[in-house]
Amino acid sequence: MSATGEIAPSRDASRAQLEYLLRLGDTSLVLAQRLGEWIGHAPAIEEDLGLANTALDLLGQARLLLAYAGEVEGRGRGEDDLAFLREEAEYRNATLAEMPNGDFGDTIVRQLLIDAYQVPLYERLAGSRDPRLAEIAAKALKESRYHLRYSAGWVVRLGDGTEESHTRVQASLERLWPYTLELFDADEIDRGVLASGVGPDLAAVQGEWSARIDAVLAEATLARPAAPRYRWYGKQGRHSEHLGHLLAEMQHLPRIHPGARW
Amino acid sequence: MVNAGGVDVVRETPSTRVARARAVLETVPDPEIPVLSVVDLGIVRDVDALADGSLRVGLSPTYSGCPATATIREDVAAALERAGLGPVRVVDVLSPAWSSDWISEEGRRKLLEYGIAPPTRVDAPRLPVACPRCGSVDTERLSEFGSTPCKALYRCRACQEPFDRFKCL
Repeated sequence: MSATGEIAPSRDASRAQLEYLLRLGDTSLVLAQRLGEWIGHAPAIEEDLGLANTALDLLGQARLLLAYAGEVEGRGRGEDDLAFLREEAEYRNATLAEMPNGDFGDTIVRQLLIDAYQVPLYERLAGSRDPRLAEIAAKALKESRYHLRYSAGWVVRLGDGTEESHTRVQASLERLWPYTLELFDADEIDRGVLASGVGPDLAAVQGEWSARIDAVLAEATLARPAAPRYRWYGKQGRHSEHLGHLLAEMQHLPRIHPGARW
Repeated sequence: MVNAGGVDVVRETPSTRVARARAVLETVPDPEIPVLSVVDLGIVRDVDALADGSLRVGLSPTYSGCPATATIREDVAAALERAGLGPVRVVDVLSPAWSSDWISEEGRRKLLEYGIAPPTRVDAPRLPVACPRCGSVDTERLSEFGSTPCKALYRCRACQEPFDRFKCL
């Protein structure tokens, strides 16, 4: 093998690591921004606090992940540069995270679908061969378990609630379900981080996610929707029409006042 | 040589500096729950006196996104520098992740007196939560989340008072 042939795999590995960190960080960041939109608008103050606190945890996770991604990238970009100065197509979040809040039922179903994914994901990442990612994941895991308890509790209450809440939350589930496929659909980057011991086997994460979701849906008397027939690739930078609007709001201030401090 | 804090830094040994720094840290309050010091809260991981005369303090954040983390970092550095222990470098220690089990016995007592139910041990989360006002265990959780990331909201059925409970993490 030639000298360049020996260098190439490690360059690929570090590119996969960077892309993967952006996927994790962006998913938490975008979901945090969505949850933040509820502040002052939730149906009750307890839920206002619950959604805001979840957003805060996710934002903290995103900061740790994006700060690390900036270091891996090695171009001097920090967490703020990555959060506020990248365009839509440079974002690597799962499409599910950018789905609009809709009503409280839509938000809480979206949250359940992501919490039930982040828990088994972070459980595995806590044992990642990348020690920095492992410690971020171990910290995030504790928070995600708490989030899952909250979102699962609400899905059960709404699903097994009134006829109206049941019908509406079942409709939320049908609407959001197609976006879950992307979470487990391993592409080149996912296979790269799996091979290097940095990332998890997504099939195993999916197995656990599926079992958890089925258990919650059973208790909530909700029906599991049919397998999705189409796929999204937000993690490759191909997003729904919703992300651009979210970023416009999130990035507005840092872009009109570059470098501002207060 | 005497520094800004009036302390003879040449004659002070590293272990004395560390001991003095730890004593100062016991007086630095948590900004959200001021009855607790950062030591009570169990977030001070390590204090090292470095060869260049500076001090390195490792702090574990309670929650990834806790807005008080930055303030705590600044408060810790400021308090140590006021005591003549600077220059100080405060670093985040993520691993092992902070646990509410690290809150000291003293901290638990102070929480209870302040009206916040202390956390139970993480491996025994189903223990009853006693009302910090009347002591009754006839309590119910109103919300998983409270006024800060580290607290949940409860209500006592006996005395009817709502109260905060430190989350078990």
